[in-house]
Amino acid sequence: MRFLFKTDYEDDIRLFPHSGYFVSYGLLLAVLLIAPYVLSSYLMSQLVFVCIYATVGVALLILTGFTGQASLGHAAFLAIGAYTAAYLQKYGVPFPVYFLAAGLLTGLIGALVGFPALRLQGIYLVIATISFAFIVEEILARWESVTNGNEGMRIKAVSLFGVAVSRDSPTFYFLCLAVLVLTIVGTLNLLRSPTGRAFVAIRDSETAARSMGVNVALYKVKSFAISAAITGFAGVLFAHKLSFISPEMFTLQLSIEFIIVILIGGTFSLHGAVLGAIFIVMIDPFLTYLKDDMPGIIAGIAATFGAGTQAAANVQSKVAAFASLNGLKGAIYGIIIVLFVLFEPLGLYGRWLKIKLFFQLFPLYKRATFKRQKIYVKSERNR
Amino acid sequence: MSYFRAESLSLHFGGLKAVDAVSFAVEKGEILSIIGPNGAGKSSIFNLISRIYRPTSGRIFFENQDITEQPPHDIARLGIARTFQNIELFENATVLSNLLVGRHRHSTTQLWQELLFLPSVRADEKVHRRRVEQVIEFLDLEPYRDKLISGLPYGVRKVIELARALCSEPKLILLDEPSSGLNVEETSDMSFWIRDLKNELGVTVLMVEHDMSLVNRVSDRVIALNYGRVLAMGSPAEVQQHPDVVAAYLGA
Repeated sequence: MRFLFKTDYEDDIRLFPHSGYFVSYGLLLAVLLIAPYVLSSYLMSQLVFVCIYATVGVALLILTGFTGQASLGHAAFLAIGAYTAAYLQKYGVPFPVYFLAAGLLTGLIGALVGFPALRLQGIYLVIATISFAFIVEEILARWESVTNGNEGMRIKAVSLFGVAVSRDSPTFYFLCLAVLVLTIVGTLNLLRSPTGRAFVAIRDSETAARSMGVNVALYKVKSFAISAAITGFAGVLFAHKLSFISPEMFTLQLSIEFIIVILIGGTFSLHGAVLGAIFIVMIDPFLTYLKDDMPGIIAGIAATFGAGTQAAANVQSKVAAFASLNGLKGAIYGIIIVLFVLFEPLGLYGRWLKIKLFFQLFPLYKRATFKRQKIYVKSERNR
Repeated sequence: MSYFRAESLSLHFGGLKAVDAVSFAVEKGEILSIIGPNGAGKSSIFNLISRIYRPTSGRIFFENQDITEQPPHDIARLGIARTFQNIELFENATVLSNLLVGRHRHSTTQLWQELLFLPSVRADEKVHRRRVEQVIEFLDLEPYRDKLISGLPYGVRKVIELARALCSEPKLILLDEPSSGLNVEETSDMSFWIRDLKNELGVTVLMVEHDMSLVNRVSDRVIALNYGRVLAMGSPAEVQQHPDVVAAYLGA
């Protein structure tokens, strides 16, 4: 274990408290930089989605994790960013300009959504943000002169300095990675300055925040605006990655996926957004694999246990029918959320911290170290 | 002209008169205690001052400025800090970041500067941290600096609330039952600190308190309330012997 002796206020302010961080984050950066030359094109594509989802995750963490304002409307912010980019690109606006414009416009709309949110809390705020998402979805489908309605819009490749950047090229991946890294650094800066502390104060006690001079209304609106703007930036990249966008891509299911990103990753640290994004992007191919191969495997097992050919085929078709049920994916997501909230409220990052502590304290680690905290969290939920 | 003044302050909930035409003044640099039985309207007066409630009628003046219509967050900016009867700390943050929120009224940086963490933000942060460290030393909070509030015992939380209020460098501090839930030893520490607030930091103190020994030890003047009305005002000894006060506590 390493003990830090703090001799300067700078020790509490700097992002990397000791040299070990430079080594581990340097290694991570090196791996990320050589990834496009090593990984298959399929994995690279997944990695780009991880970057985009993690960016949205960080945005949602600012709003939900640190300011305590729940939102199920982030798919709508993503859509606004994506459509702004597609629309402006059609009129020949260059990439850097429409990238910024999309973020600013989404931030502005986020601030507008923040105003009604001042009077709403908890589940009512969730309902309000869901209705916002439905309104946006409906507008995208009906405002055909701008959004092309349900037929959707095509978006051409990013053009950087006159060179077209294909959505499968390493350059596009580096662009997404840069946006993610800049978002994370900006957010960390915010969290170590007065604004970030005001967010946390509002989350934990609005009364106390107010009596310490925090303008609660202003900071809630700021939080919504920042969160929406970052999601808008992610929306531009999302549109480019898919190269085609239509209203049915930005449904409630996508908003729930973003909530899963932070719930499973862990809501108390930015690491959570990245871990959660990896989880949600990688679970999709896994579920597809199960759907395609599970019926055959189960039929095979049935056959080895002495079921006849007819019976095995019967089992196979039943399982296949079950696996292709509508909404099964949503149900699986729901079960994952419930299990995490019950058994690991601190998410994957919380689990990682426990594993790390186990090795740091080995062989003195006690299982009860986190017991008290767990009981605390559970009793809090019954309030 | 008094430093802080409440003029015929009233708070009515329908027919219930929680605070009924209460007037009092606090002089600069004194410790004024408000006492009274449960439900006398003591905490309501605090909540009126910090604008959690809106007064039904009456006015509040601070440094010759009418603050009755100020929004709640501006009260702190004027230099009035407060603590709460049922501790209102930021549970899932460390002691240090709780205290840093107390510095909020001194923050001058803009959002875009903070996003980039410009040198001006860094310089400000260092000033905030130095001030917070002085308060930590003043109240002996060093062992808890990096601990989460949710894991700390009640007595320590009470001190941290006081510390957070002090971090804002207030001119007037409102203490809502500083000794409730503290044991004898902690109460005596608290009484020394309240004295020090006045003598060393020059802060004016307005305090609601039930513990008469603490009131006697620290207060310059005492106001006794019952049913939202002022019963008596004066030195601690005078107020305790006032026949209306005796009747209110013991029944006539």
